[in-house]
Amino acid sequence: MIYFDNSATTEMNRQVLDSLLAASKSYYGNPSSLHTLGEETSHLLRQARKQIASLLKVNEDEIFFTSGGTEGDNWAIKGTAIEKMSYGRHIITSSIEHPAVINSVKQLENLGWEVTYLPVDENGQINIQDLKRAIRKDTVLVSVMAVNNETGSILPIEKISTILKDYPSIHFHVDAVQAIGKIDLDLASSRVDVAVFSGHKFHAPKGTGFIYLKKGRKLAPLLSGGGQESGKRSGTENVPGNIALAKALRLILEDSHEKRKGMLACKTEISAFLKSKERVQVFTPDKSAPHIICFGVSGIKGEIVVHALEQKGIIMSTTSACSSKRKLKQPSVRDMGYSKDVAETAVRISFSHMNTLNEVEEFKTAFDEIYNQLKAID
Amino acid sequence: MQITEILVRYGELSTKGKNRKYFIKKLQRNTRSKLKQYQNLKIVANRDRLHITLNGEKADAVMEDLEDIFGIQNFSPVVKVGKSVEEAKKAVVHLVGKHFKENMTFKITTRRADHNFEYDTNELNQILGSEVEESFQPVSVQMKKPDLDVRVEVRLDGIFISVDTLPGAGGLPIGTAGKGMLMLSGGIDSPVAGYLAMRRGVEIEAVHFHSPPYTSPKALQKAKDLTAKLARYTNEIKFIEVPFTEIQEAIKKHVPESYSMTITRRMMLRLTDRIRADRNGLAIMNGESLGQVASQTLDSMMAINQVTSVPVLRPLISMDKNDIISIAEKIDTFELAIQPYEDCCTVFAPSKPKTKPKLKKVLEIEEELDIKTLIDNALAGIKISSISHEDSSEELSNSEFQSLF
Repeated sequence: MIYFDNSATTEMNRQVLDSLLAASKSYYGNPSSLHTLGEETSHLLRQARKQIASLLKVNEDEIFFTSGGTEGDNWAIKGTAIEKMSYGRHIITSSIEHPAVINSVKQLENLGWEVTYLPVDENGQINIQDLKRAIRKDTVLVSVMAVNNETGSILPIEKISTILKDYPSIHFHVDAVQAIGKIDLDLASSRVDVAVFSGHKFHAPKGTGFIYLKKGRKLAPLLSGGGQESGKRSGTENVPGNIALAKALRLILEDSHEKRKGMLACKTEISAFLKSKERVQVFTPDKSAPHIICFGVSGIKGEIVVHALEQKGIIMSTTSACSSKRKLKQPSVRDMGYSKDVAETAVRISFSHMNTLNEVEEFKTAFDEIYNQLKAID
Repeated sequence: MQITEILVRYGELSTKGKNRKYFIKKLQRNTRSKLKQYQNLKIVANRDRLHITLNGEKADAVMEDLEDIFGIQNFSPVVKVGKSVEEAKKAVVHLVGKHFKENMTFKITTRRADHNFEYDTNELNQILGSEVEESFQPVSVQMKKPDLDVRVEVRLDGIFISVDTLPGAGGLPIGTAGKGMLMLSGGIDSPVAGYLAMRRGVEIEAVHFHSPPYTSPKALQKAKDLTAKLARYTNEIKFIEVPFTEIQEAIKKHVPESYSMTITRRMMLRLTDRIRADRNGLAIMNGESLGQVASQTLDSMMAINQVTSVPVLRPLISMDKNDIISIAEKIDTFELAIQPYEDCCTVFAPSKPKTKPKLKKVLEIEEELDIKTLIDNALAGIKISSISHEDSSEELSNSEFQSLF
């Protein structure tokens, strides 16, 4: 089997799994307990937090553990909305955000908040002037993802940062779920206030994640209770999961330059291959993350390509896993200006550093076979 | 260009007349023990400097450890080149380049141990000086307090050049002042007092009072961890754990609350003094700072200190809390000290301790206590361990847990 669906989720790293098992077995105490077992886990939790903070070059008290990307995005958006309700109720976001963002702001829209959705061009890019024009006196939140999960387009976080420097009271939330380990993130010196991360996208266990919340910024808690995570996110801490998460982050950022080069080589190879096919359209723009390539075979629905390739042992998906089964949100490709028919052809290959050029060659062979087969039925 | 040796300059000890040899010997021994993990080092002490030859050991790591040794005023990394003027010129330009700022002043100070070298010191000063002037613009030579002092030494086996001077820890070599007992509670102050005493050459042993189950194992571990932090400046520190439960229970039972603090302190001082006598210590140190809390008024100090005539040194006596905290942060004990574990001072703390206890009253109250038995019982139960810098629970658990991360 060749696994090319790493933006949906990743295989847990063996060493990470070892840590998860060892920690679950031996360190099951509740970090809030007074006894030694509790002290021990509280120490381990702090270690995990410290390690994540130091890998991202931020402070320990700027990291808060969550259950993953969806919780992080919900928290960043609704937490800001509750916190800043009395200052304003206007939110700016892009039209190609993950459903965790889109549906969070939709929920707020139903409650009376106003939302501006910035359109994207055929490269999946927002226009920075649109953002400038959209900012109002009552804008409390700008929410833009760093890397689009369907097409891999890289959004202009630095440019937005520059604009928002003149609006210090607006929260800037970045969904960085697809960005970590794939592009450079400089949280400490940037204007980003909240960045959201999900463990299972970088070989950590599912149900783990964290947010970065800049010192001095406030998010109202969504989960109230026993006051864990400095009172910001209650619920008994998932210590083994967070240890595994910290380890996975260390591993993914180790030699990350080399890893990116490896993924980019695969992507470049496949991209050139696909572009040589008459009936293939590549939707991923040139300026994009190294691990995602989104394309379609004209006239053939994406799911047919996905199933055909699966029969050949190659696992990939139609755009995002979250929306592929349930039509929660229109695909980003549609937002990029393509017709509904074209957007429906979109499929996505997403790499991890574990993929190889050999696998790319196998893909090419398999793809040629189904390409000819599909051509025949057309 | 590689750093081949480090030149260490002594601090105050250079002024110690006949004791000089003793001080230098101590410093050499302390340096050896601190740097013992670097097996290839050669350490030679002479009258005015210590020469550390690296023999391939990492200069950065060695210099970082040197910063923790008391009695060192400053030190300089030295680069060695072959015995030719051309090589010396190149090295000097390279090293000056690292520090170059426009309009800076510099001087070249040459010493010559090898008097057969083709140029004398004046010629070398001129040759190297004009090389610097030609390579960098604008710079000028200045003899008094230049921005950069380039020291060149021609020896038999090569030319040695150094430009940087890094500050050492100052103070006096540990052990030169003798041994003293540090009363270590687990708070912010006492580790700082210990650090300052060590800086003046005192070899410390830490005395900690422990009252299970009123104090938690964590509080004891914290005191040990603080000791491990202090051990960075020396080799090992003896940690003396004194069981204090029986005494505290007796005080609680027999002593009026307003005097319990005073009497508790007197008992602690008595015990520390007995331990000191047994272990040949010459003084007792604590973290008292005048007026900080009820036990630290002059009235209290007088009433408490009355149990011994041995010097009780209080390095923090005139310091403000903020100054103490900034030293605690510097020596990395602050974060640890503020961890909230009950120690024996807080559990039995009276709500209104006397700030002006009367000695006469104190002596009356103590009649109620069987002091001799209480002291002997406590001394019979002391536990002594050696703590080194690597022993902190943080370090230990880090290595134990490391594979998890």
